Amino acid sequence: MVAHLVKLRLLLLKNSLMRSPWQLIALIFGGLYGLGMLVLLTVGLVALSWAPFQFARTAVVLGGSALVLGWIVIPLIATGIDQILDPAKLITFPIPRRQLLIGLTLSGALGIPGIITTLGALATAGTWWQHPLGAISALVCAVIGVLTCIVASRAVLSLSAKLSSGRRFREVGGIVAFIPLVLLGPIVISATQSIRGASDALPGLARALSWTPIGAIWTAPSDVVSGEFGAAGLHFLIGAATLVALWLLWGWSIERSLSAAPHTATRSTNAGKLGFFSVLPASPAGAVAARSLTYWLRDPRYSRTLIMVPLIPALFVFYSAIGRSTGMVNVSGPLVAFLLSVAIFSDVSYDSTAFSLHVSTGIRGAADRLGRATALGSIALPCVIVLCIGSVWFTASWSILPGLLGLSVGVLLSGLGLSSVTSARVTVAVPAPGDSPFKSPPGAGFTTMLTSFATWAILFVLVLPEFIVAMIGFATDQVIFGWIALVLGVALGCVFAAVGVRVGGRVFDRRAPELLAGLRKQV
Amino acid sequence: MSQTEANLPTHGAAALSIRGLTKAYGDKLAVDNIDLDVPVGSFYGLVGPNGAGKTTTLSMATGLLRPNGGQALIHGVDVWQHPLEAKRLVGVLSDGVKLFDRLTGAQLVTYAGLLDGMSRETVAERVGDLLELFDLAAAGGTLVVDYSAGMTKKVALACALIHAPRLLVLDEPFESVDPVSAANIRDILDGYVRSGGTVIVSSHVMDLVERMCDHVAVIASGRVLAAGTIDEVRGESTLENRFVDLVGGRRHGEGPEWLRTS
Repeated sequence: MVAHLVKLRLLLLKNSLMRSPWQLIALIFGGLYGLGMLVLLTVGLVALSWAPFQFARTAVVLGGSALVLGWIVIPLIATGIDQILDPAKLITFPIPRRQLLIGLTLSGALGIPGIITTLGALATAGTWWQHPLGAISALVCAVIGVLTCIVASRAVLSLSAKLSSGRRFREVGGIVAFIPLVLLGPIVISATQSIRGASDALPGLARALSWTPIGAIWTAPSDVVSGEFGAAGLHFLIGAATLVALWLLWGWSIERSLSAAPHTATRSTNAGKLGFFSVLPASPAGAVAARSLTYWLRDPRYSRTLIMVPLIPALFVFYSAIGRSTGMVNVSGPLVAFLLSVAIFSDVSYDSTAFSLHVSTGIRGAADRLGRATALGSIALPCVIVLCIGSVWFTASWSILPGLLGLSVGVLLSGLGLSSVTSARVTVAVPAPGDSPFKSPPGAGFTTMLTSFATWAILFVLVLPEFIVAMIGFATDQVIFGWIALVLGVALGCVFAAVGVRVGGRVFDRRAPELLAGLRKQV
Repeated sequence: MSQTEANLPTHGAAALSIRGLTKAYGDKLAVDNIDLDVPVGSFYGLVGPNGAGKTTTLSMATGLLRPNGGQALIHGVDVWQHPLEAKRLVGVLSDGVKLFDRLTGAQLVTYAGLLDGMSRETVAERVGDLLELFDLAAAGGTLVVDYSAGMTKKVALACALIHAPRLLVLDEPFESVDPVSAANIRDILDGYVRSGGTVIVSSHVMDLVERMCDHVAVIASGRVLAAGTIDEVRGESTLENRFVDLVGGRRHGEGPEWLRTS
């Protein structure tokens, strides 16, 4: 049975690779990247064997703890680690729970992250190769450590899935959980700054971690090396107990999730209230804009992007406080303009097959494009202008405002035009409606990245005129260049937006059925 | 072929006329050179086993899927030459596609109407009528994502009807719809046909097609095996038996030994 589950996992991987060569390329790149990391890691670990004992021990314990933590946290945010063997899908088969768990654990170890983690953990034996007993115990502990990583990650995923089975909760929770993660950088920095105050605190931190569930198992081999067999036994016990506890927790949560059907919460408004549909013009383009606006505010896949609008300046303000230079705050306007405008570079993909309504009603491409661009523009333009004004107020550099506005508006409008064309051309794999906004279909990362980069490069070329003029203005402090950049940005932006809607509309008219076919393939 | 010929309208254009439609995925022919005529004012059933090419055919006939070859005319308008004009004449209910389910039921139907380019007043009036007609008035303010399967089907049908099309193409309209709703939908469709509209439904529930439709076409492996009025196709037998005869694949016997419990 266990072998069946593992075979199923490999078969699923193979079939997903057969579907498109891009997935294979993505896997190869992922594998190469992982291999590189692994070589570096192994060399580093072996090199530690010549380092002072305290130093080697600190490094291994901190690294090991970070590894366990990473396995717990990363799947929660960026579900790139595929949950292919979803226990919920195996519910109809009479698989004994213990075998199910073993099968899922082993298949979890067979992905790229799992293999890298396993080999990397085994490489800690290299750190203690001069002490055969230590090396052997390192191998044993590495196996337990890796199992802890996988089981912990699965247990937390399973628990969080259960916690968030209500739709509203899941959607709001996903977005709210996102905020501290974006702010993770500042949080870590403030934490480490206080640590750096006493720069010898790292061994202390390692010592503290060595008695916690995430660090204990990585400490035991070094205890063996230093001859503290009592401490080694205790650390090993803590580590093993952690694994057992996580195992039981995971089993319990799977049991629960298999027997309890997810409940859904419903929400109802007055049927007469049509929201944006009664505000915007009653035309096809107006309807598309109203629909898009509704989605921007109601669908977490879109609102995830909007959350970035306040977070980006907040990040910059924080970093500028550390770096003593406030100049980077001014970047937030253009950056938000850029992020928002390219957020819809494959807008149609987010429609999924609901897009067939657009095809079957025979809406004109230009109206579809105009509606989508207008919806985003009506949110993004005020945001960007406020951010520009706010950031020059914060940095007290009012003289750069025209140039900054020119650049930001230019980026936003040109980006909208560009996205209008690209989203009529390409469909990429995105989270399906109702899925977690952080879920990414396996293999999607690479192709999406490639098309995104291409879009960004084109956008950069489009905004080059106002970019160069604004930069000259910033460098020379000549206000006149700022004003030129403003005129250029607004004028070129409007032209590109209009051309983009036109061209995108024509592409759409020609290719709408092909777009729909592409979307069907992703379901 | 004689059955198809018997069915050709003697005058004017058919509501839907398909000539040589073909679609291949890779080297697999999903739809193989299909000819079909749906007379104006008929209630036309399209039956076939799973994977027979029903959905593919209907998608190509309504402009959702580009065929490799062939032609589809809706009231004489070529769907792939003049897509906008053709799509104005037809209302489509696709099977297995998502809806914009973050909209409320009322918003979704309004959206469909506005996309068709109708005025706000007309849309508002028809949305009210349609929600009433489909017993969705109370749920008009609920997000479609929270609808049951049957309600979702009904709201999708309302979207297909809002621009008062002359031809309705419904792919599996009764799947996962409860009996009461199904009966109501049938009444609505009957009324629509009596008033001069044309309906095409695909289904694999033979009883339903036999009771509801006046014409039927049997499709399997991307080909039309028989087409005509219900009586012409079923002859002396029932539609289900005739269907099984045509399609083949009926097993005789009681299954393997171990499956017999007594």
